[in-house]
Amino acid sequence: MLRIEALEKRYKTGDHALKGVSFAIEPGQVVGLIGPSGAGKSSLIRCINRLVEPTGGKILLGEIDIASMNRGELRQVRRRIGMIFQEYALVERLTVMENVLSGRLGYVPFWRSFTRRFPQADVDKAFALLDRVGLSDHVDKRADALSGGQRQRVGIARALEQDPELLLIDEPTASLDPKTSRQIMRLICEICAERNLPAIINIHDVNLAQMFVDRIIGLRAGEVVFDGKPDALTNDVLTRIYGDEDWNAMRKTADEDAADAANVAAFEAAREQRMAEVPA
Amino acid sequence: MPVTQTETGKIWQRRTTREQWLGWLGWIVLVALFMYCWDVMNRGTMWSFVSDAPRQAADLLNRSWPPRWSYMERLWIPLWDTINIATLGTLLGIIVAVPVAFLAARNTTPSAVIVRPIALFVIVASRSINSLIWALLLVTILGPGLLAGILAIALRSIGFIGKLLYEAIEEIDETQVEAVRATGAGSMQVMDYAIVPQVLPAFAGISVFRWDINIRESTILGLVGAGGIGAQLQSSLNTLAWSQITVIFALILVTVVVSEWVSAKVRHAII
Repeated sequence: MLRIEALEKRYKTGDHALKGVSFAIEPGQVVGLIGPSGAGKSSLIRCINRLVEPTGGKILLGEIDIASMNRGELRQVRRRIGMIFQEYALVERLTVMENVLSGRLGYVPFWRSFTRRFPQADVDKAFALLDRVGLSDHVDKRADALSGGQRQRVGIARALEQDPELLLIDEPTASLDPKTSRQIMRLICEICAERNLPAIINIHDVNLAQMFVDRIIGLRAGEVVFDGKPDALTNDVLTRIYGDEDWNAMRKTADEDAADAANVAAFEAAREQRMAEVPA
Repeated sequence: MPVTQTETGKIWQRRTTREQWLGWLGWIVLVALFMYCWDVMNRGTMWSFVSDAPRQAADLLNRSWPPRWSYMERLWIPLWDTINIATLGTLLGIIVAVPVAFLAARNTTPSAVIVRPIALFVIVASRSINSLIWALLLVTILGPGLLAGILAIALRSIGFIGKLLYEAIEEIDETQVEAVRATGAGSMQVMDYAIVPQVLPAFAGISVFRWDINIRESTILGLVGAGGIGAQLQSSLNTLAWSQITVIFALILVTVVVSEWVSAKVRHAII
């Protein structure tokens, strides 16, 4: 499906972000990319749709090499790759619907997008996706009127509106609270399973990654140092990826976080019930 | 270094000793310059004229009062012209300034080596010349009248709107642009969906602000024959009709206050 061969990225500043990264992804496989800050996770994910230009190696989507495409071909292939961002990267002053429809920009001519007259099929799809991510009531709101979790749902709908063959997801939960993080990760993984859609998820929360993904790739200083099942991620492996740390203590805190989140959820549910019981 | 190690511990100062001395030197130079300028001013002033200034001012006020309100009926058409000069000039300025701003902004320019310097030069050239000077030039070329005034206002507005707008374009959030580009959108679509929504409030604010400034500037363009209420001001000054000048000043004041109120309302509505 996606095969990356000896991918290199050296920035003009001299930073050698990726040193010959190679791996392949099967259809429907959700891969978590973990590693310390500066390991090259963001560079790797951005090289795949060439928001960052790779300096060497191949990126094969199916049979075609993305790394050697010209601008026109690149636009064509970008339509097939959906991307979800850390800070949502919605266009704040456009409505939720416009943000989702912007996923079709690669398919419609300029005048249609300029006059906001998208084909009815695209609009139908946008409504269906907003319904799927649970935002049917917010179609006409401006993106900056939504909460963090809602914005990320719009981001997911925008990526899916493209009908992608691959999802690139850059730190989807870094700006969210623990409970919303889990909900968003669950939503992403459910959708990938429904559509047999492969995804690469950059994620710094190791526990969250282990909870949801099929496979984990550990990156350190621009090199792959681990590639395997989430269960194989032992303390030794984590030390190889991140360096020394008391991993058991970290796991314990994470469990407490999860317990907190569960408590919060229970509290909110109880409150909603109380509110419902109050006679109007 | 601002941190010095002593026996009792580390001492932190905002500046090094050298920087402190340089600071004092700067102040001395500034004071010396002030004294020199004071001296030049004294030499160039005829104090006998200044000494009877209060009497002159009182005399002028005396002749200006009461205002000749009947003169108003001859001011409505020039006032209408003035507002038209400002509005049409601003519109024309906007039409030229918007593309220039996109060519000048570092993140939207098609070529940072050739196109950007040209766009920046257009902006600087337009900004470096006052509307009144533009009007003076245009009246010699086009002859007196409204057209010269409109073009003068437009030429000056290009630089103002262009500069503020290109700075606003350079300050946008690039991740929104990245996100739209990642969907496979073309460059015009990226501009329409990611850049324009981000700069629209700034653009509206800048345009209305410039219109407000242009109302004020177009009231004096008539002094050089470029139409509007300034022509009436000129002829009243020539005939020393001070009571008419009072009426003109009052009218300009009211117009400017109204235009400020309108622009504040519009900006508030958009942002």
